[in-house]
Amino acid sequence: MSTPQSRGAEALRTALRALGRLAVFTLLIPVGAVLAVLFLVSFLLWVGVGMVPLFPVTTRVVRSAATAARWASGHWSQVPVPVPYVPRPALERTLHGWFWTGHDYHKNRWFAGFALKLRWLWNDPATWRDAGWLLVDPLIGGGIAATPVLLTGYGLYGLAQPVLPEPGPGYGLLPLPGLLGPLLGLVLVPAGLALAGPALHLHGRWTRSLLGPTERSRLAHRVEQLTEIRLDATEAQAAELRRIERDLHDGAQARLVAVSLRLGAVVPLIDRDPEKAKQVVTDAQENVTQALQELRDLVRGIHPPVLAERGLAEGIRALALDVPLKVEVRAELPGRAEAPVESAVYFAVSEALTNAVKHGDARHATVELTHAAGLLRAEVADDGRGGADPEGGSGLRGIQRRLAVFDGTLTLTSPPGGPTRLIMELPCVLSSPRTSSC
Amino acid sequence: MRVVLAEDLVLLRDGLELLLSAHGHDIVAAVESGPELSAALAEHRPDIAVVDVRLPPTYSDEGLQAALAARREQPGLPVLVLSQHVEQLYARELIADGAGGVGYLLKDRVSKADQFVDAVHTVAAGGTVMDPQVITRLLARNAYDEPLAMLTPRERDVLAMMAEGRSNAAIAQRLHFSEGAVSKHTSNIFAKLGLGASDDDNRRVLAVLAYLNGTRPE
Repeated sequence: MSTPQSRGAEALRTALRALGRLAVFTLLIPVGAVLAVLFLVSFLLWVGVGMVPLFPVTTRVVRSAATAARWASGHWSQVPVPVPYVPRPALERTLHGWFWTGHDYHKNRWFAGFALKLRWLWNDPATWRDAGWLLVDPLIGGGIAATPVLLTGYGLYGLAQPVLPEPGPGYGLLPLPGLLGPLLGLVLVPAGLALAGPALHLHGRWTRSLLGPTERSRLAHRVEQLTEIRLDATEAQAAELRRIERDLHDGAQARLVAVSLRLGAVVPLIDRDPEKAKQVVTDAQENVTQALQELRDLVRGIHPPVLAERGLAEGIRALALDVPLKVEVRAELPGRAEAPVESAVYFAVSEALTNAVKHGDARHATVELTHAAGLLRAEVADDGRGGADPEGGSGLRGIQRRLAVFDGTLTLTSPPGGPTRLIMELPCVLSSPRTSSC
Repeated sequence: MRVVLAEDLVLLRDGLELLLSAHGHDIVAAVESGPELSAALAEHRPDIAVVDVRLPPTYSDEGLQAALAARREQPGLPVLVLSQHVEQLYARELIADGAGGVGYLLKDRVSKADQFVDAVHTVAAGGTVMDPQVITRLLARNAYDEPLAMLTPRERDVLAMMAEGRSNAAIAQRLHFSEGAVSKHTSNIFAKLGLGASDDDNRRVLAVLAYLNGTRPE
C-alpha cells in the first residue's frame, strides 16, 4: 500500500505537525514567564506579609497551567502524564459539633474548611513540584521547544537571503550572504524538521518528570485503588457464597431430605402395599434426579466444567454452543492463564453474550480471544440493536468488578442501532507452551 | 460382551461392574486413570469401553481424550462416555468421525438400569446414543431457525428421539403412535430438513446430529 513517496510525505507531515506544536509551546513561553513572576510575587506576599488566603488562589492558577501542560503532553507529545494530586480529604464533624481537619478542631465550619484546604494543598508534594515546574519551564521546556523552531525559522530566512534587499542579522556578518544564506538554509531547515519529532517527545518527558506522580504518590494512589478493589471483591465473594448457600439449602439439600423421608416411609409399605411402595420409590428417584440437575446447574455457575477441564478457549467454545445465538469463536492463546483470570474472562464473556440475547435481540455474535504484549484481550461483538449503557446494567458493572480485581478494563461501544462491541483487556501471563486447540 | 470400564470413583466403578456383570457381560478391565485406560484399550481391544470423562491424574478430560485417541487407533471402537455434565462441545467431538458406535450420557442415567444396559448394547452394536439433555439444548439453540421452525410440535418430539438414537419402534412405543405413523413423521422431517432419508438407524442419528450441530456439508 505505502509507496516510498507516500511514506516520505507522511514523515514530512508528521514533522510539520510536530514543528507546529513546538511553535505553540514557543509562543507560550512569555505566558509561562509572566505566570512564574506572578507566582514569585504571591509567594513573597504569603510568606513575607502573611497574605495566606492568596495561597489557595495561586495554587489553583498553577494547577490549571499544569493541567493544560499535562493535556498537551498526552495529546501532542504522546507522553501521558497521570495526575499526581492527593484527593481532597473530607471535613469531619464530631458529635459535639466541632470540625476536625485531621490536625486540629475548629468551631467555625468555614474556617475549618479553609484550614483543611490549606493543609491539604501545602502538604501535597505535587503542589511544590508544580511550582518548581512553573519557575523553570520557560527556560527548559521553552528551550527544548524553541530550538527546532528557531533552527527552521532561521534556515528559511537564510533561503530567502538572495531576494531580500538587505542581508539579515547574522547573515550580514558572513561574506557572500547571497550564496551562504541558501546553503546554510538547506542545512538548517531539514535539521530543524528532523529535530522536531524528538524535541516534541523530549518536551513531553520533561513535563512528565516534574508534573507526573512521584513513585511515592503513584504507590499511594495504587494502595487506595487496591483497597477499594479488595473491598469490592470481598463483598462480591461474600454475596456469591450467600447465593450458593441459599441454592443448596433450597435446592439439593431440601430434595435429599424429601428423598430420605420417602425412603423411610417406603419400608412399612413394601409388604402392605407393594404398588404404592413402587410409586414412592419412583418419586424418590425423581427427586434425586432433580437434585443432581440442580447441583449441576450450581457447579456450572461456580466453575463451568469445560473451563475446568480444558481452559478458557474451549470453555468459551462450549459456552457458545449453549447460548441461543450463532456465535463464532476465534481464539489464539498460546497457553493458559491463571484459573481465576480464566474464570473472570469466561463469566464476562458469558454476561456479554447473555446481554446480547436478552437486551440486544442479536442473532449473531463473535468472540475473539488474543494475547499480546502481556495483555489478554477478549472482544465480544454482536449484531443486536445496541444502545447498551455502561452505567445502566448491573451486569456490566459486575463484569467491571470481576475484571478490576486483575487490573482489567472494559470498553463498551454500543451506538443505538448497534452493533455492540465489548472489549475486555487484562494483564496476565500465559503459562506453559501447551497450545490451546483451535 | 467384553467391557473395559474407566471410572475413578470406587463406588460408581463397583456399581457399574456389578450391573454389567449381572447382565452377563465380562469386565476385562476396570481402571481408574487415563494412562491405565489407554493401556487397557490397546491390550484388550474390548467390545465396548465405558468411560468417565474426568479421570486422574489431571482430572481434566483425560477419559474423553483417551477414548478419542483409542478410536483413532481402532476406528469404530465402541465407546460409551459418562459424565457428571453433558457438553455439546464434547458430543460434537465424539460424533465427528461419523463412524458411529458412540454414546454420551449423564452419569445419572445409570440409575435407570434397563435403559443404561440398552444404551450399552446399542453402542456396542455400532449405534449412537445421545443424552436427552444434549438434544434438548441442540433443539433449543436452533429453535427459531428455518427450517427447524417449520416442524410441527409432534415432528419435533420425533426428531428429538431420533437424535437420541432411538429406533422407529422405540419412538412409537414411547409416543404411543403406530410405527407407520412414526415413519411418516420421519420422512416428513427428512424432507423438510433436506436430508437424504435412510433406513439405517445409525446413519440416521448421525445425519440428524450433524444437521443440528450445523456441521453438515452444504
